[in-house]
Amino acid sequence: MKRIYLDYAATTPADPEVIKAMSPYFTERFGNASSLHSFGREARSAVEQARKTVALFLGAKPEEIIFTSGGTESNNFVLKGIADANKSKGNHLIISAIEHHAITKPCKFLEKQGFKVTYLKVDRYGLVDLQDLKRAITDKTILISVMHANNEIGVIQPIKEIGKIAKEQEIHFHTDAVQTFGHLPVNVDQLNLDLLSCSAHKLYGPKGVGALYVREGTKILPFMHGGDQENDRRASTRNVAGIVGFGRAVELAGEKIGREEKRLISLRDKLIRGVLDNIGRTRLNGHPAKRLPNNVNVSVKYIEGESMVLNLDLEGIACSTGSACASSILDPSHVLLALGLPHELAHGSLRFTLGRYTKEEEINYVLEVLPKIVGKLRSMSPLYKTKKK
Amino acid sequence: MQNYSEKVMEHFRNPRNAGEIKNPDGVGHVGSSVCGDVMELYIKVKDNVITDVKFKTFGCGAAIATSSMITELVKGKRVNEALKISNRAVAEALGGLPPAKMHCSVLAEEALKSAVEDYHKRSF
Repeated sequence: MKRIYLDYAATTPADPEVIKAMSPYFTERFGNASSLHSFGREARSAVEQARKTVALFLGAKPEEIIFTSGGTESNNFVLKGIADANKSKGNHLIISAIEHHAITKPCKFLEKQGFKVTYLKVDRYGLVDLQDLKRAITDKTILISVMHANNEIGVIQPIKEIGKIAKEQEIHFHTDAVQTFGHLPVNVDQLNLDLLSCSAHKLYGPKGVGALYVREGTKILPFMHGGDQENDRRASTRNVAGIVGFGRAVELAGEKIGREEKRLISLRDKLIRGVLDNIGRTRLNGHPAKRLPNNVNVSVKYIEGESMVLNLDLEGIACSTGSACASSILDPSHVLLALGLPHELAHGSLRFTLGRYTKEEEINYVLEVLPKIVGKLRSMSPLYKTKKK
Repeated sequence: MQNYSEKVMEHFRNPRNAGEIKNPDGVGHVGSSVCGDVMELYIKVKDNVITDVKFKTFGCGAAIATSSMITELVKGKRVNEALKISNRAVAEALGGLPPAKMHCSVLAEEALKSAVEDYHKRSF
């Protein structure tokens, strides 16, 4: 059976070019980047080259880039590191209600330590309101963190405008750019950012490596204590091969960025239109235009997401859902509920995320298969029957 | 997320007795769309034996598989015997369920109890 991968927001396959670049750093160039000898030097110079590449892509200085183990670490680093280093100034943080768990869970942890967190509500498209943000700011606010684009519904936030407000108030501003880095242009000065998290495996790089951008002069506590790696801010022997792969992935992303965006938007809109036009009682979640080029998130009324995902998987199509039934907790996605979606529709969501290897035939195949699956599940659904009467 | 057993997937793929019974002798309705699972069980009873049973379910893979399995387990059984089928028995018959999905088997047991209750109410 042919397999169609439409879950690029979860992870992407590593580009063969990335693997090729990484490979020598497992074997002949295996040195520890902290060692003085030639083995160490060649590893270190590869790490520094990758750092330059990432910095250039962000419009940052190389010394402002800290390599981490990925998006979750970068987010934890920011929240705990900024909170701790700035607690004499204040104890208040502001985030959006639709952040990734790698932001919300550290915030819950900080609340237990005595910090206060404001969760900015979003409108029906998932956008934060700038007036709400202004109202939430107090003289104790030390950090604002709003994700660049949401991983579930793909909504793109007004980061530049939020950053401007933060700058005027002299509050640190962070964005979780895991979903946009390498896919949309991201410039830390243009977007008024002090901190940014990103991860290699979302842009055809390896898993287990990411970065945190920290603007020069920002007070932040080191995340791991030990050796003096990463300017004493993140101890641990550097993941040299991973970092090299990350650098190569960023170079490749830079070469493709605008063209790929256009191609994906056209496929994305074909899929959205196809679902909404051909299957009754469906809705698009997220904003129609302020949306990641590769994100399709729809709710299908009267049926549940996990059963759709499983049926699609049986037909070779890989996608995901925000239904409770697909997670170990029994609540549906906090993101979909924050949009004001009733539970039934939140349980009935499907997310398709497209990528570099997605072809039009694959979208056509989904549009051929999905209506049949919906029909089958609706015929078994007691809600569908009730609603028909 | 733990993987489903082959038996769960088999029932999910080809659910037994999905649908509705016209003029049922008892209908059970449990769960809510808020929690993400709604089960309806229809039974036909003759001489205290469940002669036919059908289900309609809104829910995940496990919810559909447990619905399908309980219809197989109760069909042809005497009502009082059918009531002895526990949620564990449903889960076991499916080759086990991931811990987070055990509540689906509870729902199946409750749907049957609710259908039998409805049957008793109608016949007395």
